[in-house]
Amino acid sequence: MTKPPPILLDGPQGPKPRRVLSRRNIFLYGTLLVITLYYAMPLYVMIVTSLKGMPEIRMGNIFSPPMEVTFEPWVKAWSQACTGLTCKGLSTGFWNSVKITIPSVILSIIIASLNGYALANWKFKGANVFFTILIFGAFIPYQVMLYPIVIMLREMGLYGSLGGLVLVHTIFGMPILTLLFRNYFSSLPEELFKAARVDGAGFWGIYFRIMVPMSLPIFTVAIILQVTGIWNDFLFGVVYTGPETYPMTVSLNNIVNSTQGVKEYNINMAATIITGLVPLTIYFVSGRLFVRGIAAGAVKG
Amino acid sequence: MCAVLPPALSRVEIMSNSIEIKNLDLNFGSIEVLQNLNLDVGKGEFLVLLGSSGCGKSTLLNCIAGLLDVTAGQIHINNKNVTWAEPSERGIGMVFQSYALYPQMTVEGNLSFGLKNAKLPKAEIADRVKRAADILQIEPLLKRKPAALSGGQRQRVAIGRALVRDVDVFLFDEPLSNLDAKLRADLRVEIKRLHQKLENTMVYVTHDQIEAMTLADRIAIMRGGKIMQLGTPDEIYGLPMNKYVADFIGSPSMNFIDGSIQNGVFTAGDLAISLTGYEFTSGEAVDGGATLGIRPEHVITGELVSHSPYCIDVEVELIEPTGSDKLIDCQVAGHLFRVRMDGQAQVSVGEVLRLGIDPARASLFDAATEVRL
Amino acid sequence: MSSARPSRLFRNKSAKIAAIPMIVTALFVFVGGTVWTIVYSFTKSGLLPRLKWVGLDQYERLWSTRKWLVSIENLAIYGFCTLVLVFVIGFILAALIDQKIRFENTIRTVILYPYALSFVVTGLVWQWILNPEFGVQKIVRSWGWESFQFDPLYTADIAIYGVLIAGLWQGSGLVMVLMLAGLRGIDQDVWKAARIDGIPAWKTYLFIVIPMMRPVFITTLVLVVTGIVKIYDLIVAQTGGGPGIATEVPAKYVYDSMFRANNLGQGFAASTMMLLTVALIVIPWAILEFGGSRNRD
Repeated sequence: MTKPPPILLDGPQGPKPRRVLSRRNIFLYGTLLVITLYYAMPLYVMIVTSLKGMPEIRMGNIFSPPMEVTFEPWVKAWSQACTGLTCKGLSTGFWNSVKITIPSVILSIIIASLNGYALANWKFKGANVFFTILIFGAFIPYQVMLYPIVIMLREMGLYGSLGGLVLVHTIFGMPILTLLFRNYFSSLPEELFKAARVDGAGFWGIYFRIMVPMSLPIFTVAIILQVTGIWNDFLFGVVYTGPETYPMTVSLNNIVNSTQGVKEYNINMAATIITGLVPLTIYFVSGRLFVRGIAAGAVKG
Repeated sequence: MCAVLPPALSRVEIMSNSIEIKNLDLNFGSIEVLQNLNLDVGKGEFLVLLGSSGCGKSTLLNCIAGLLDVTAGQIHINNKNVTWAEPSERGIGMVFQSYALYPQMTVEGNLSFGLKNAKLPKAEIADRVKRAADILQIEPLLKRKPAALSGGQRQRVAIGRALVRDVDVFLFDEPLSNLDAKLRADLRVEIKRLHQKLENTMVYVTHDQIEAMTLADRIAIMRGGKIMQLGTPDEIYGLPMNKYVADFIGSPSMNFIDGSIQNGVFTAGDLAISLTGYEFTSGEAVDGGATLGIRPEHVITGELVSHSPYCIDVEVELIEPTGSDKLIDCQVAGHLFRVRMDGQAQVSVGEVLRLGIDPARASLFDAATEVRL
Repeated sequence: MSSARPSRLFRNKSAKIAAIPMIVTALFVFVGGTVWTIVYSFTKSGLLPRLKWVGLDQYERLWSTRKWLVSIENLAIYGFCTLVLVFVIGFILAALIDQKIRFENTIRTVILYPYALSFVVTGLVWQWILNPEFGVQKIVRSWGWESFQFDPLYTADIAIYGVLIAGLWQGSGLVMVLMLAGLRGIDQDVWKAARIDGIPAWKTYLFIVIPMMRPVFITTLVLVVTGIVKIYDLIVAQTGGGPGIATEVPAKYVYDSMFRANNLGQGFAASTMMLLTVALIVIPWAILEFGGSRNRD
C-alpha cells in the first residue's frame, strides 16, 4: 500500500462554513413566523373568546387568554342560543347538516365515479359533449340556476325538505367530482382495462372488481372534498330548506346575526367554532389528501 | 381427380387456419389506421407483427382481441366469425406490455379472475391455475400480490393468465419491452419453449427485429396500416420484397446505391456491375432506373475478394469496432457504404480497401415503385 | 359464435345508463336552467314567474337601481383587490415556503386551514376581530394611541375592505398551494442554470419561473375569478350588506330580489348579468386553453 502524496492545504478546503443565523435565515424565518401567527390568530381568538365569560370580554381584550375558563358558552351555543324566534341552539342545525351531508356525499360520489368511469373507459358517442357542458356548468354562477331548481324541486315535492337539498348538492358536486374521477381513471393503465375485458368482465364487473379497489385514495379525496364543501354550504341551505331543516351554517348565521337581545359574544364564538369543527377536524386529520383534493379542482381536464 | 400435392414449402401451408382476417378496415374519425388488410394465421403458427411505432401492428392485435371495433371487414377465429363478439368470447388469451396485472388481487386471484367470470366450477379453476403455475414455475408466488414480484415474474404471471383460459390463440402485445436486456433474452427463449410445448397459435407484436427473427414462424412487416411483406424470417431477410422491408430488417441496415439497369448491367457513377447470377422476380432482366441494395455483412472482404464477380477499391473513412465485428464506413458511387468485417481484421482510417460484390446476394428495387425486381 | 351486431343505441348500454345523471344534469339543470333564467329575465315576473314580455325593462330598472350599482362597484373593488393581492400574497408565500425551509408542513397547514372553514365562519370571526368596541381598534387604543381609527365594518366608505381582509385570509392559502405546486413542477435544472449564469433569485422568479408557470396562473385565475363573482355567504355573515347598502354584492342582490322582495324578474336580470361577467372571462380562457391545444397537436 502506497500512501497518497500529501496535499498542500492552502486556501478554502472542506465544506463551506454556514451560519445558522445568516441574514437570509433571520429574514426568512422571521417573515414566516409573522405570517403564520397572522393566519393562526383568528382561530386563537375564536377559542379564547368562547372560553371567557361575558364580563371578562367586556373588560379585557380579545387576544388575552381567559382568566377563568368556562365551557358554559359552548353548552349554551349547542342547546340554548336563540335564532330570533326559537332558542334551541345549534344542535338542530348540526343534526340537519349531518342528515344532509352523509347522503349527499354518498350519492354524489357514487354518481360521479360512475360518470367518470364511463367517460374514461367506455367512451360513447356524444359523451364528451355532455361532459364539456358539465364542466362549463361548474363556472355558471349558482344564482342563475337557483330559481329553475326551486321550480323543479317544487314539482317533485322536495322543496324545503332535506331530500331536495341532497339532490341539489349531488347536482352541483357533479362537475368537479366527475372531472376528478375521470382524470383518475384515465391515468390508470388502459391495458388493465383491456385485460379485464379479455377476462370476460363487463361494465359493472370491471368497475367493482378492478377500478374501485384500485381507487381508494381518490375516493378518500372525493369524500374530503364533498364533506367540507357540503358542510360549509350556506346559499343552497338558505334557499332550499326551511327553518326546521336549516343546515348548521344557516343556524349559525341566524344565531350570531340575530338582532334581538343582548349580543353574547362568547356564545357566538363558541357557536362559530362548533360549526367549523367538522371541516377543521377533517382538514387536520387528512392533511395531504385535502391539499390533493383542492389541487385536483385546479387540474384541467 | 386426385392430383399429387406439391411438396410442402413450409409446415404452415398445409395446416388449416386459426385466424383469418378479411378486408379489414379501421378508421379513427377520418384517419385510416388499417386499410383493406388480409391476413391468415395457421394453426399452431407463431406469427410476429413487426414494425416501427404507429404502423398499426398493435391496433391490428387489438382488433383481433376485440378491444377495438373494426370499421369494415371480418375476423374469423377457429372458423367462427367473431367480428362482433366480445373479447372474452373469442377464445383468445392476451399478454400486455405493462403486464396489466390487477394490483389488488394475489397472483392466484389474477389467474382465476377470468375463469370466475366465466362461472367455471371451483375445482376446475383450481386445477387450471395449478397447471398453469406448474408450467410457468410460479407456484411459490401464488399467494403474493403483483407489487411483490419482479418484472420477469410479473410477465410470467401475465402469460399464466392467458394460459389458464385454455384457448388456442395467444396474443402478445410487446410483452418484453418493459424488461431489461438480459431478462428479455431469457423470457424470449421461454416463450419459444412454451410455444413448442403448447403448439397453439401465437400472434406477437414487437418492434424488436431480433425478437421477431428468433421467435417467428412467419413475420408480417407493417407500415402505415398495410402489410409490406409476409414471410418466414429467412425470406424477409434474404428476399425483401421492397426497399422498406430491406431497409427495416438488418442492423446495420442495407446499403443502397441508386443507378440504372441496361442490358443486364447495373450502372451508377463509375460503377458497372454485371447482374449475372441475380434472380429477377420476373425471371429475366429488366431495364430502367433501379436501386441496388447489399447488406454490410454480404460485402466480400479479405482474401475471398479475388473470387468475387465484381471488385471495387474504397478508402476507409471511419471504423466502428464492436468486438466481434468491425464496421467500416466508406463511399461507393457517391453513397455512404458500410461494410462489416471480422473483428480481427487489420484496417486503419485512410487505407484503401478492396471490396467484392456478389449480385447473387444483392437485392434490386425499382427506382420508382421500390418493389423488388 | 357470431353475435348479431347490437344496434347503435344499445351499444355500451351500461355506460349510457351510468351516464344518465350526468346527461340529465348537463341538459336540464345547466343548459335548461340557464336558458330558462335568461328567457324569464325579459318578463314581468314578480312573486311568481310569468311569461309576460317586457323586453329590456328589467335590465333598465336594474341599471338605474342604486343598490345594484353599489353592488357592481363593490364587486369591482373587491374583485380587483382580491385578484391582485391574492396572487401577490399567494406567490410570495409559495416562494418563501419553497426555500427548502424547516417546518414546511406546519407552516403550510396553518396558512391553508382557513380554506377549510366556511365563509360564514370566516365572516363571523372577522366581524368579531374587527369589532370596534372589543377588537383591533380597542387594543391599539389601549396601547396609548387614543385616536387610532380602524373600524371598517361600521364605516361605509371602507366597509368593503373589511370584507376583503377576511376574504384574503380565507383564500390566499389556496393560491399558495397551487403556486407551490407550480413551483415544484418546474424543472429544477432551471435554478441550477440560473445559479451558474449568476442571475439573482428575484430576477429568475420574475423572468424565468413565472413565465414558465403560465398554465398554473391561468387555472388559478379562473378559479379565483369565478369565486369572486359568486361571493355571497361572506357578506351575509360579516356585514349583512351593511352598513346601509355599503357592502352589497350582485349575488346578494339576486337572492334579495328573488326571495325577499318578490321581484323575480330583477333577480333573473341580475343573475344573467353575473353569467355574462363569468362568460366574458371563461370563454376566452377556454378558447385559449382548449381551442389552441387542438392546433398544436
